[in-house]
Amino acid sequence: MKRRTFAQLAAFALAAGLAGPAFAQDTLKVGAVAPKTGPLAGGANVSYWPNVKLWVEDVNARGGLSVGGKQMKLEVIEYDDQTNPGETIKAVQRLAEQDKADIILPPYSTGLNLASAPIYARYGIPMITSTATTDKAEELSKQFPNVFISLGGAQGIAKGVVEAMSQLKDKGEIGNKIAMVNVADAFGIELAGVAKPAFLAAGFQIVYETSYPLGSQDLSPVMKAAKAAAPDAFVAFSYPADTFALTEQAIVEDLQVGAFYTAVGTAFPGYGARFGAAINGVLGVGGVHADGEAFKAYAARHEAVTGAKPDYWASAMVYSTFQVLEQSIEAVGLDRAAITAHIKANSFDTVIGPLAFDANNNNPSFWTVGQWQGGVFKGVASTGREGAVPVEKKSAWK
Amino acid sequence: MSLTATDWRNLSLSALALLAAACLPWVVGNYHLTIGVTIAMYAVLATSWALFSGPTHYISLATAAFFGVGAYVTGIGLQHLPYWVLLPLAGLIGAVMAALVGLATLRLSGVYFVIFTLGLAEFVRQIITWGQNVSGTKGLYVLTSITERDIYWQLLGLAALVWALGWLIGRSRLGFALRIIGDDETVAKHSGINTARAKILLFMVPGAVAAITGAVLAPRYVYIEPALAFTPMLSFQVVIMALLGGTGRLWGPLVGVIPFTFLWEAISISFPNQTTLLLGVAFLLIVYFLPRGFVGLIEDARRRMGSEGAR
Amino acid sequence: MDILITGLLLGGTYALIAMGLNLQYGMARIMNLANGEMLVAGGFAAFWFWTAGQLSPFLTVFLVFPVAFALNWLVYQVFLRPLVKRAKSRGQLEVDAILTTFGLSFVSVGLMLAFFGGDYFSYSYLSVPVHLFGSTWGANRVAAFGAAVVICGALWLWLSYSRAGMTIRAIAVAPDSARLVGIDVRKMAALAFALGGAVTASGGALISTFLTLDASTGVMFTLKALVIVIMGGVGEVRGTIVAALLLGLLETFVATVIDPGLTLAAAYLLFVVILLFRPQGLFGKRPT
Repeated sequence: MKRRTFAQLAAFALAAGLAGPAFAQDTLKVGAVAPKTGPLAGGANVSYWPNVKLWVEDVNARGGLSVGGKQMKLEVIEYDDQTNPGETIKAVQRLAEQDKADIILPPYSTGLNLASAPIYARYGIPMITSTATTDKAEELSKQFPNVFISLGGAQGIAKGVVEAMSQLKDKGEIGNKIAMVNVADAFGIELAGVAKPAFLAAGFQIVYETSYPLGSQDLSPVMKAAKAAAPDAFVAFSYPADTFALTEQAIVEDLQVGAFYTAVGTAFPGYGARFGAAINGVLGVGGVHADGEAFKAYAARHEAVTGAKPDYWASAMVYSTFQVLEQSIEAVGLDRAAITAHIKANSFDTVIGPLAFDANNNNPSFWTVGQWQGGVFKGVASTGREGAVPVEKKSAWK
Repeated sequence: MSLTATDWRNLSLSALALLAAACLPWVVGNYHLTIGVTIAMYAVLATSWALFSGPTHYISLATAAFFGVGAYVTGIGLQHLPYWVLLPLAGLIGAVMAALVGLATLRLSGVYFVIFTLGLAEFVRQIITWGQNVSGTKGLYVLTSITERDIYWQLLGLAALVWALGWLIGRSRLGFALRIIGDDETVAKHSGINTARAKILLFMVPGAVAAITGAVLAPRYVYIEPALAFTPMLSFQVVIMALLGGTGRLWGPLVGVIPFTFLWEAISISFPNQTTLLLGVAFLLIVYFLPRGFVGLIEDARRRMGSEGAR
Repeated sequence: MDILITGLLLGGTYALIAMGLNLQYGMARIMNLANGEMLVAGGFAAFWFWTAGQLSPFLTVFLVFPVAFALNWLVYQVFLRPLVKRAKSRGQLEVDAILTTFGLSFVSVGLMLAFFGGDYFSYSYLSVPVHLFGSTWGANRVAAFGAAVVICGALWLWLSYSRAGMTIRAIAVAPDSARLVGIDVRKMAALAFALGGAVTASGGALISTFLTLDASTGVMFTLKALVIVIMGGVGEVRGTIVAALLLGLLETFVATVIDPGLTLAAAYLLFVVILLFRPQGLFGKRPT
């Protein structure tokens, strides 16, 4: 992942000078901007950066991208935006104008993706976001026709949770009492806002409901109060640090529910590693077709190349969007408008299965709920993905 | 108030410099314009910060609080009010907030004020987050047709305003009073200066300016959420840039902001994996080798040239 | 009762976070913005020893403490002493210290990223319930609270009754006079700074048993520690303890009785109110 060194640059210039413009370039510059530091660095280091590395390795290992009949190797330029939208904007501009990057990957997280969307739009760079969740796909695609949303929105994710819970309820495995909490941040607020009416409409009763600020150091009051309300199911629209904290508190308090759901972070391999068998049956946002050959092969390569396991949600999605870009470039070359048109018009075969976008540049079929079953986080609900396994009742914590 | 020949010369030079800066969008590409926006933003924030903190020696970490509130004024207000109303509105809200804070913090001095302002930023952020949660509003989308170029010019205009204001304050009774407060607050009190009033009035300047800056920049971020709008890093960066420049002169913060932005940029480009580490190192080097900021450096150089000329 | 105990446990956590900074700021006069990074580093050490060798974090502390002590002593000698030497006034030192330690915090984040990577690190240690007073609490929190009591108690006794402790307090109260009575202020300040860093890192090792950290989270803890130290009164061990417990109780009370969404807002409100009525902090002495 080294950036070009001076020697390489000199050799490159020399080669370009000697060989003339016909062979001027045999590498493609790939630009990537995402947090390496700042509040979102933890998530980006699990789901985003390893995939950049893996994708480039994979493409280069098979000889590079074939552009106009020529094999071109990829070379990455990475920038750290420090979780600061101003820096993201600057870095994307820098990639486009100074570095003359041929391919620019989308940034990380909803906020940073949206902050840089106008820049991508100005250069017409196809921007297949893989870590942004939004329900505004229609408005966004109108304003920024080159932006694609693949991870879904709050509507779908909340609906998935309600469906999974309803299945358990219909099977008689849980009652209708739900405790619902959320982190007081855009993501948690949005999901809780959508989920609440959906739960009520599905015949659930919300016996405890609250929010807690991002960065709370002690969530035991939340868990104690939730337990006191004697719910049949516990739902938390949480971020990684609080997902870990809530789960630990649930184990400590021995919260006895038939369904336990936490959001971002549940799909991290570190979650499984930390809690082991205790979390068998825990539900979380995301999921993958964990038993599918495509995912298994991807996970194995991910671990071999980056030394870390992929998470069971965004990781595969990030890699899939890179594949969409890869296949489009091989099909139509580097012309940005042509790539965008190709992405709109076609379906792509990726590690999460076929991926295609609707009229609003939105990927309509994404995983919404997964569940830890036997040490693997498997998708149990989606908006039209293959390979969902039936949802199970949460067993006791120990 | 009468202007001397030097004043006229300085004024017209500044006006020319501003005009030249305003031409930037036609001269350079988008990338450099983005750097221009960054510089303009920090120049505005750091200069207004130094207007208060320079003479009073109060280090305020409340910039993010005002900035975030301003961003939210645009974010929420855009659906109800025309854009041009929002900027003064943000300024007004910022000024009122600053006045309240000023009233509350009169008795504090030194480090207590520093931490108080830091706490204030967090407090405002928590309240807004909670308010959003209760009302069910989510992250705010600010979808407008305002371009980077518009934002740059607005910031430049704001900068001109801040400099003009600083210049006027420097010449006024208020500025004189503040210099005395900065030298010795007890002396100031004994010579009949209402120190409290002077400090509050002055604190309203960075409050209003930071809020307007936030309001101007909101369309650039497209999507606003508390974690991004109220990031404490902003407050720290403004302080650091202003101190690097030097707070004793009106143009001090500017000569801190410009080199620092380019340094930041150079480090981000060359060492993407060690950006944070090297920024820290650069910081340390500056503190140890430029203790009086860039202003000190420039003034030393001037003095040296002056003495050589005399010889 | 639940509120009381949960609040006290949280307060214990806060005391661990803030005590080191109090030593550094109150005694050595360095407002250390890199304090949170030291805490994260301590937590990382505990994580590493646990995952690599199943070494209990409560044992790792005995390793972390001397290492952090030495490291902070070096930091003080190399980076901060020149500032103390050249500072003409306390205000000047404060500004320089803010700039320097801000830079140091960047450097530490960068170093941790380079060595440990940016992932979350979390592990499960003692996350079993303890039954006390008819309710359940996490054993790791209870244990950390116990450790906080031991550490704070030991510090308080040491500062109050030992000769070295009294010397350190002397330099906190009146550095100039301390010099006159033959105290080596520089040596003592370095000692206080190193001790503060060691306490912070140990606290980090202890709280990592129940908090999820990553290389960039340090600044959050620095902010919290600053608030607690200022609230309690700079240089006052008792003040920090009381402020930490008060904050823990308040946050738990608000979370349980009013709305968990307002806990942090309430914490900062308490801070603001305390400063308004006692600008020198709960236990601070009025400047003469």
